[in-house]
Order: sequence, then C-alpha cells, then structure tokens
Amino acid sequence: MLPGERLPARTYRVTRGDLVRYAGASGDFNPIHWSERAATAVGLPGVIAHGMYTMALAGRALVDWAGGADAVVDFGVRFTRPVAVPDDDTGVDVVVGGVVKPAVEEGCLRIDLTVTCGTDKVLGQARGVVREPRPAAGAGADAGAVR
Amino acid sequence: MPLNQSFVGRTYPPTPPYTVGREKIREFAAAIGASDPAYLSPEAARALGHPDVIAPPTFPVALTMAAGGQVIDDPLLGIDFTRVVHGEQRFHYARPVRAGDQLTCVCVVEEITSRAGNDFLTTRTDVSDVDGALVVTVWSKLVVRGTNETTKEGPDASR
Repeated sequence: MLPGERLPARTYRVTRGDLVRYAGASGDFNPIHWSERAATAVGLPGVIAHGMYTMALAGRALVDWAGGADAVVDFGVRFTRPVAVPDDDTGVDVVVGGVVKPAVEEGCLRIDLTVTCGTDKVLGQARGVVREPRPAAGAGADAGAVR
Repeated sequence: MPLNQSFVGRTYPPTPPYTVGREKIREFAAAIGASDPAYLSPEAARALGHPDVIAPPTFPVALTMAAGGQVIDDPLLGIDFTRVVHGEQRFHYARPVRAGDQLTCVCVVEEITSRAGNDFLTTRTDVSDVDGALVVTVWSKLVVRGTNETTKEGPDASR
C-alpha cells in the first residue's frame, strides 16, 4: 500500500437476520434495529442497522486491506445517515471503499474510508490507522514496518 | 434543557472485570461476517504473536456500551434516552483485545457542547487489563436531540 492508492471496494449484504444476530452478539437490543413498530414510532423510515454494525463492516474492509486482524491502531467514524434494512430476503448492500493516505505515525498508514448504502454516505470522517504490512513469512523478524 | 457542563471531567468508578471468552469472540466475528483465522484459531493467533484468539476491532463496544450506561443513566446528568442518537465512535488500540483478557472500563465525560438546540456528549472509556495496562481507548459521541428536531447529525439513533 502506498499513499494515494485506491483500495478495492468491498460490498457487504445486510439483512434483517444479520441485525438480529448482531444484536445478540453485541448486546445492543434497541428495538429500532428489529421492530418496524419501534423504529417508525421514533420517526425512522423503518428498521435500521446498528451504527456499530455498519462500523464493524467497515472494519472488516480495513482489516482485509491491512492484511492482518491485529494491524489496526486507530479507527473512528461519524454516523451520518441510517442504513434502512427492508424486511425481505434481499436486504441492502453497504459498500466500503478506501484510499491510502500518509500517516502521522511512523510505520503506519492512514486509510480514509467511504461507506455508502445506495446513494447515501452512511459514515462520515471514517478513517483508520493501520500498521504497514509485515514482511512476508520467513522474511525475518516480525517487528514489522520494514519498507 | 442543556446538559450540565459541570459533568465534564467526571470519572466513574471502574466496572467489574469482564472476562473475554474465545466463544464470545467467535460469536461476534460470525455476527459481522468476519472469518479471519486469528479470531477463531488460537494457533493462527499465536502465529501472529498473540497468546490466544484476538477480537475484531469493534468488539470492545460489547463491553463499553454497557459501561457507558453509568453515564447515560446517571440521574444527575439527566439525559432523555429517547432522544439520544449515536454521533461518532472511535477506538485507539494499544493492542488487540484477546481471549482470556479480564478487562475493566473507566468512563470519563470528556466533552459536553450544545449547538442548534442539540447537546453533544463525548465519553472516553479507558479499557485496561488485569495488570492495569491500557488495552484500548474508546470514544463515543452521543447526540441528545433538542425537542425542536432539525438536527443533521447522528440520525443513526442506535443508542
């Protein structure tokens, strides 16, 4: 990865079932993520994904690009638009793109993420800082950050 | 009714230790569709230099959201939970969370601001292991919408 490089976009399909599963795994049982009645009562268009679920999907892309589950040093987002998830078998697609930027920390790279659902930008100011990829296995110490 | 500015800097008592389990990490990874071997296989995690499986980057929210309840439910702060939406979230990692960790959360009210009739509350949660070493710092910015709803921010409404 080099600064300026555009990373291959990742697409994640989100269904109602995914939200129920995420609710259980994360402990966030807010009914706006599984009940149409609860969601519309507070003025939402319908059931929406947990913001933290959308962030987790963006995190998957970040880990993929960084080439290691333990390479993420910093990860932050702003929740700008809800991801409405229809009650059907198709769900919606969340698309995560990324561009490499120079990082402020030695041995690290910054990745700015673009996270969209349809035409909506659902996360804003989404950026991760990742350690630069380790040398290939057998290439020596794993202290990393060799370029 | 703007939030009480005197809460800025307030630190809440440490939460009881939360023991991170391998199967909890597996469940969380499956829920977000992540299949990196380091989340699932102790051998794969050890090959990366970790003593046991590691957790995906946003896993700490499973602890910090509950810990943040100390602040959100503090009757003296007086947040109307029905008007709270999640505005921002950030994690800064000293190392990945891993199975076997016994993690304690300390919540601090870092910032309270008001703009256009809405209140913005930023909490910082320091997540430390049993030796007191910092593992991850977690910031959450919550938006408490004013009764006059014209906010552009945080329509996620997930918190």
